[in-house]
Amino acid sequence: MIGAEITLAHYLSVAGLLFVFGVFGIFLNRKNVITILMSIELILLSVSINLVAFSAFNGDLAGQVFSLFILTVAAAEAAIGLAILVVYFRNRGSISVDDINVMKG
Amino acid sequence: MDFSQITLSAALPEYILACLSLVLVLVAAFSPADEQNMKTVRSLSLLGYALAFGAIFFVPQGTHVIFNGLFAVGPLGYYMKGLVLIGAFFAAWLVSDGWGDGVDRPEYHVLIVLAVLGMMVMISANDLLSLYMGLELQSLPLYVVAAMRTGSLKSSEAGLKYFLLGALSSGLLLYGASLIYGYTGTTNISEIAASLSGGEVSAGITIGMVFLLSGLAFKISAAPFHMWTPDVYEGAPTPVTALFAIVPKVAAMGLLLNVSYVAFADISVQWSQIFIALSVASMIVGATGAIMQQNIKRMMAYSSIAHMGYALAGFAAASEAGFSSVIIYMTTYLFMGAGAFAIILNMRRDSVPVEKISDLTGMSSTHPLLAAGMMIIMFSMAGIPPLAGFFGKWYVFLAAVNAGLLPLAVIGVLTSVIGAFYYLRIIKLMYFEDAEAPLDKGLERNNRLVLLVSLGVITLFFMGISRVNEAAGFIALSAFG
Repeated sequence: MIGAEITLAHYLSVAGLLFVFGVFGIFLNRKNVITILMSIELILLSVSINLVAFSAFNGDLAGQVFSLFILTVAAAEAAIGLAILVVYFRNRGSISVDDINVMKG
Repeated sequence: MDFSQITLSAALPEYILACLSLVLVLVAAFSPADEQNMKTVRSLSLLGYALAFGAIFFVPQGTHVIFNGLFAVGPLGYYMKGLVLIGAFFAAWLVSDGWGDGVDRPEYHVLIVLAVLGMMVMISANDLLSLYMGLELQSLPLYVVAAMRTGSLKSSEAGLKYFLLGALSSGLLLYGASLIYGYTGTTNISEIAASLSGGEVSAGITIGMVFLLSGLAFKISAAPFHMWTPDVYEGAPTPVTALFAIVPKVAAMGLLLNVSYVAFADISVQWSQIFIALSVASMIVGATGAIMQQNIKRMMAYSSIAHMGYALAGFAAASEAGFSSVIIYMTTYLFMGAGAFAIILNMRRDSVPVEKISDLTGMSSTHPLLAAGMMIIMFSMAGIPPLAGFFGKWYVFLAAVNAGLLPLAVIGVLTSVIGAFYYLRIIKLMYFEDAEAPLDKGLERNNRLVLLVSLGVITLFFMGISRVNEAAGFIALSAFG
C-alpha cells in the first residue's frame, strides 16, 4: 500500500466511518449530552469530507460551497443546542442522558 | 446574476416574510418588554402572513426557476405555501393574551415568522443546498420555541429531545445529499432528475436517496422515526404543540412531494417501496400507540403519526392520483388539527390549563357547543363521511388501490378502524359520562374564530371537494409535465 495514491474511495471510507461513529455516539452513549453534541458535529464533518472529496474528484465547485454552508449552519446549530442545554440544566440540575426521562417516549 | 422581473415577483411571499422578520426583531428589541409590545409584534406577524398569502395570488403564472436555479416556484409551491401560511396564521392567532405559557413574549412571533420563511424556502427549493438551508431555517427556531417555557422542566426536555433528534435527522439528510451529489455530479434538483432519466441507478444514488428520505421522515414524524413526537408534543407549551401539529408537517410534505415526484421521478420503483414501509409502520404505530394515552397532547401526537401514515400511502402509489391525494389529505389535516387544538387550548379548570383526556368528561352538559364541535372534529379524524377527513382518506386509499397496492389500502382501513376507537372514546367521555369537576366556561374569542373556520371547512368540505380535487389534479399535472 505504501506509495499508493489516495483515491476517492479512501475519502469516502473515512467519511463513512466518521458518520457511523457519530450515529453510534448518539445512540450508545449513556453519559453526557455534550458527547451527543460532539457526535452531531462528527456527522456534519463527515458529510463535509464527502462533499469536498466528491467536489475535487468531479471537478465541480458546488460541493465545496455546500460544505461552507454546512459549517455555518453547524455553528448556529451548536449555539442553539448549547442554549437549550443550559436551560435544561437549570431545571434538572444534570445533563446526564439517563436523566432525560421526565416524559417516557 | 439575473435579477429580472420574474425573480422579483415570483418570490414575493418570501420577500414579505423576510423583511417582516427584520422589522419584528427591531420592534421586539427596542420597545419595552410588556404585553402591549407582544400584541404589536403578534399583530404585525399576523398582518405579514395575510400579506404573504395575498401575494401568492399576484405571482406570475406557471413554473419559474429563479435565483440561478436554487428556487423553482410553481403551482405546487404556491398551494403548499398557502396552506402553510393559513396554518401559521391560525397558530399565531391561537396564542391568547395573558396565557402565561411562555409564548406570550414578542420573540416567539419573531421566531415563528423565521420558521415559516424557512418552510416556504424548502417548499420551493430546487437545489439540495436551498433545501437544506430552508430546512434548517425552519428547524432551528422550532427547537427554540419547543423550549420556550424556560422555567418548565418538561418544556426544556422537549426542546432538548427535539433538538438532538432533529440535528441527527439533518445529518442523515445531508449524508444522503452528499452521496447524491457525488453520484449525479450536481446538487440541482432538475439536473438530478435529468441525470436519472435513463432509469439506471447506481447503488450510491439509492443509498443517498434512502438517507435523504429518512431525514425527511424524521421531520414529518413517520414511524420508525417518530420517537420524538409524543414527548415533544407533550412537553412543549400547548400553542407551540398546535403549531407543530399543523404547520411543519404540511411544509415537509410539500418538500417530500418535490423530492420524490420531481427529483427522483424516474426511479419511483425504488422510493415507492420505502414509502410503503413508512406508511404501514406509521399507520400501525399511530393507531395502536394512541389507545393507552391519558394525555390529550400525546394522543394528538400519535394521531398525527397515523395521519402521516395515511398521507404517505399516497406517496406509495407513485402516481398522479397519489400526488393529488396527498395534497387533498394535507388540506383536510390542516383544518382538523387547527380545530382540535382550538378546543384543547381552551381546556382550563380554575384558570389552570389541563391536558388529560379525562378532563373532557361530561363536556356535553357543561359546554354543549364545544362538545359538538369536538365531536365533529373527532368524527372527521376518524374518517366518517361526509366530513373532510373521509375525503382525505378516500382519495389516498383510492390512489393506492389503483396503483395495485391493495394490501396497503386494507391495512390503512383496518388501522382507521383501530384509530376510530380512541376518537370515539373522547366522544363517549363527553356525551355519556357525568362531569365531576367541569372545565371553565367560555371560549376565547381567538379560539372561537379558528374553531368556526375549521368546523366550516370540515363540514362543508363535501361541497367543494370536486373543486379541491380539480386543483390538486392541476398541480399534479404541472409537476409531472
